[in-house]
Amino acid sequence: MRSSAVRAVAILGGLVLWAVFTTANARVEIVNPVLLPKPMEVGRVALDLTASGELARHVLTSLWRVVQGFGLAAVAALGLGVLVGLCVPLRLMAEPVIELLRPIPPLAFLPMFLVWFGLGEASKVAFIGYTTFFPMFVAIAASVLRIDVVLLRAAASLGATRADLVRRVLLPAALPGIVVALRVGVGLALFVIVGAEFMGADAGLGHLIMEGRTFFNPAQIVMGALLLGLLGSLVNTLLLAAERRLLGGRAAA
Amino acid sequence: MTTAAGPKIQIQRVAKTFSSGRAPALAEVDLDVAERELVCILGPSGCGKSTLLNIVAGFLAPTTGAVRVDGRVVTGPAPERGVVFQEYALFPWLTVTGNVEFGPRLQSRPAAERRRTVDRYLDLVGLRAHADKFPAQLSGGMKQRVAIARALANNPAVILMDEPFGALDAQTRETLQDELSKIQRVEHKTILFVTHSIREAVYLADRVVVMTSVPGRIKQVFPIKLPEVRDRFAPEFTQYEADITRVVKEEVDKVRE
Repeated sequence: MRSSAVRAVAILGGLVLWAVFTTANARVEIVNPVLLPKPMEVGRVALDLTASGELARHVLTSLWRVVQGFGLAAVAALGLGVLVGLCVPLRLMAEPVIELLRPIPPLAFLPMFLVWFGLGEASKVAFIGYTTFFPMFVAIAASVLRIDVVLLRAAASLGATRADLVRRVLLPAALPGIVVALRVGVGLALFVIVGAEFMGADAGLGHLIMEGRTFFNPAQIVMGALLLGLLGSLVNTLLLAAERRLLGGRAAA
Repeated sequence: MTTAAGPKIQIQRVAKTFSSGRAPALAEVDLDVAERELVCILGPSGCGKSTLLNIVAGFLAPTTGAVRVDGRVVTGPAPERGVVFQEYALFPWLTVTGNVEFGPRLQSRPAAERRRTVDRYLDLVGLRAHADKFPAQLSGGMKQRVAIARALANNPAVILMDEPFGALDAQTRETLQDELSKIQRVEHKTILFVTHSIREAVYLADRVVVMTSVPGRIKQVFPIKLPEVRDRFAPEFTQYEADITRVVKEEVDKVRE
């Protein structure tokens, strides 16, 4: 409870600092005040967009793209990650390809995704899927590889078949690593959705921010950015809570 | 359960070379373990005693020779051969109960029967009160008790123990030796027990097998003719300790040279 009070004070303090700084700037005009919107101005944009239902539409559009892209990538990363973690020849083949593809900033491929998948939903979903797949895949394969061989031996000498070993040892043993990989994936999806929506989108938070630029409305840009921050931390909190429930007492000292 | 008159475990001319061209780790070991017998394998570190146990467990294939349990050749790990590891190898995502009933669950035993099995073996190792804890909440000695209960609950024909008390402090170690000896008086399992502690071997074993240094082979076998309940300070006990120490020391000195 104390820590939540500290959090509230910190957030409030940040808002106050922001208000003081922008109000002072509006008086002295160190920079053009239009470029440094005050909290009130950002709040007004948020209220207007909420009243018209526009904000909900943008948020839901972005979230739905994240859910689809991340969902597809998570399923693929889980399946392939476990497979590659288990099978040595597959790993040897996958490694060089991944090491070549992984360092390429996903944004470099964004134009290609528009060419391949068009301006509609598919290109955004595919881009998010592509971006989030590699880090999740690599982390999941690594957590399968890290499993203590002695646990597999113990299970085998208790009568576990191959299928039992995967279901009752491999997956639960790798679960903490898998959960962290998925959490990183969601965070990343929320990160890159903006980029995907900068080009060829007519809805979504990225589009909202780009619209703010086009119509020279800095308050709208700031609001979009803050909303993304809020969504990101909200999702992270939810996932952390889910992680604690899922992993139960095993981490308890 | 005395079906066959033959030995419970037969290790026949078992040798192991890890990579061709290198010296063998294990050279032609022959050993029989009778039903209800507890045999300790002693030897200098690196003599291949754990390798031998891993071959009996089915984790490693012998380069030559074969291991038979109840007359059947060992080809891989199986529930007839329970294993207790030095590093406990408990499943950290399962509670004490979950760990102990892992084997019965694999065999799809009904819940009521599993419950009885868990209760019985947790009582035997004195951990009934900790049934709902996770391994991370237990001390090393408690973890190894759970591992022993887990092996027993699966009702294996033989139990293989690979330096099970090696990671414990001296005090806990003796306590667990006492408990294992007590359990053995109740359960009468066929146990192959690897250790590098001479005292432990004399305290627990019906026979102590001393191995040579690399390549490991059997150097000498000591039948321990002491009462079931043993006194570590009895003159006969210390006499065995001294005799075996002399034989083990020859091998340790060989490695030094």
